[in-house]
Amino acid sequence: MLNSLQDLYHIIPLLIVSGGILVSIIVEMYSKDSEKILFALSILVFGAAGLFSLYSVNNVSILFNGMLATGGNVNVFSFIFNIGAFIVTLLSADYIRKYGTYYGEYYIILQSSVLGMMLMAGAKDLFIIFIGLELMSISFYVLAGLNRKRYNANEASLKYFLLGAFATGFIVYGIGLIYGTAQTTSIDILTVRFPQLTGNLLFLAGVLLFLVGFTFKIAAFPFHMWVPDVYQGSPTVVAGLFSTGGKAAAFSAILVTLAALFNGNVGSLFTPYLIFVSALSMIYGSIVAISQDDIKRMLAYSSISHAGYLAIGLAAGNSEGTAGIIFYLAAYSFMNLGAFGIVALIEGENETNLSIASYAGLAKRNPALAALLSIFMFSLSGIPPFAGFFGKYYVFFAAIKSGLTWLALIGILSSVISVYFYLRIVVLMYFKDQGEEVIPSKSAMGMVGVVLSAILVVLLGVFPGSIINLISSFL
Amino acid sequence: MTIPIEYYLALSAFMFLVGVTGVLIRRNAIVVFMSIELMLNSANLTLVAFSSYLGNSVGQIFVFFVMTVAAAEAAVGLAIIIALFRNKLTLNIDEINILKW
Repeated sequence: MLNSLQDLYHIIPLLIVSGGILVSIIVEMYSKDSEKILFALSILVFGAAGLFSLYSVNNVSILFNGMLATGGNVNVFSFIFNIGAFIVTLLSADYIRKYGTYYGEYYIILQSSVLGMMLMAGAKDLFIIFIGLELMSISFYVLAGLNRKRYNANEASLKYFLLGAFATGFIVYGIGLIYGTAQTTSIDILTVRFPQLTGNLLFLAGVLLFLVGFTFKIAAFPFHMWVPDVYQGSPTVVAGLFSTGGKAAAFSAILVTLAALFNGNVGSLFTPYLIFVSALSMIYGSIVAISQDDIKRMLAYSSISHAGYLAIGLAAGNSEGTAGIIFYLAAYSFMNLGAFGIVALIEGENETNLSIASYAGLAKRNPALAALLSIFMFSLSGIPPFAGFFGKYYVFFAAIKSGLTWLALIGILSSVISVYFYLRIVVLMYFKDQGEEVIPSKSAMGMVGVVLSAILVVLLGVFPGSIINLISSFL
Repeated sequence: MTIPIEYYLALSAFMFLVGVTGVLIRRNAIVVFMSIELMLNSANLTLVAFSSYLGNSVGQIFVFFVMTVAAAEAAVGLAIIIALFRNKLTLNIDEINILKW
């Protein structure tokens, strides 16, 4: 029994978020002023869980009969998710009112999606991956269509739901085949039994189906169709969460399972698939983003190409690649959330001011916002000294180290293409006169969220070495 | 006489393919959703067949999780479909296409 009590100490971040969900449901039921209380509660929950994850990052342990891992990179992921959700909550404070009515479910479902992400990152068993994935995905379907009176949101949420559930079908069937052939769902036992299974076609089919399902969830090339539509139709702050937390959680689950594959040296069997996904996502995302006029669609295509850069680390299949992915995910989460946050501040009532032209002359009217957005755009396009540059650097370095130099070259080429559409916004803000009068909404909370992400992006860009050392020390 | 495991696997693979085909070619959102449920159930059949073949209960427990999740998904999915139908009065996914490039 004592053992379980100590287990509870290690899962405090999970307990904080779960407790937050339960308390939020009760508050929402009984309080008339639930919007303010739930906002404060979410801030508290995400802040506490994120900081505790960082504080207990060295307590590496495996709990509950080998079902769940905590400490190490699990806590790094947990920090990314919770601080990301913290920023999303700050941005939502005024945005949700502007976008339409506030629905009481909002903060509760936000918290449950974060709980799902944390479970995925800590999973040591296919069970936990599945439960975490579904907890996150189902919450996301609801968040996408939160404003049920708005047709765009309905459409986005239907598309997300149908394609997400389709992907879940692949993942469950894949898990079924893996279980049948390996006779276990535990990832540690899977790692041990791996060498005998490499010739088993049923097993390989299972792993491939599992990977295909997750390719949907990370929004990479052959299965990317839903991304632009869902991001465009969903509330902007929620789309920010999909593109950062959702992608990071799916990558964490892939890393957890592929760790088993690479130890058994079967990584090479799936490397062609990963290379295909990564090369085409990078090129496709960067090229199509150029022709977009809607900033949310542009960010959606940029998110597809970032999934490609991240998949380079998977294709490299070495520990540098894994560390690079985790660093890149941290950098990408904060810079993309910042960009979505500014889009949310600029956005007017009824989803207006979302075209790229609305950003013309922003520097004259609101120099602070323009400077912050420039930081995020420079970082997204991978210009030093911001975090995005080092993320790409580590991933490309891992690819070159495992002999995939040409894949790294495709990555560099696609970064060069992407500079065009990221910097187009910066040029519009600073060197064009304003066309129409676009007044960003005043939201102190939103500004705090955007500034916080900017600080994190700069910090990750200034101290990349110590952070990558921390991540590598857990691998 | 017991039925060999291959029969179950073939049946579940066939169900899975029917589900995938249904998702790809049917145009009514509810039928698409039903096809997705068929995919999940084919996975359940695989899990149960393997579980009984291996004499290992993990697969059967997993099926309960999958069924619970499928129920939650059905609740959310049908709610989304109803919300959409109220606004647009159609369930044909070819007509649900305002969000386009």
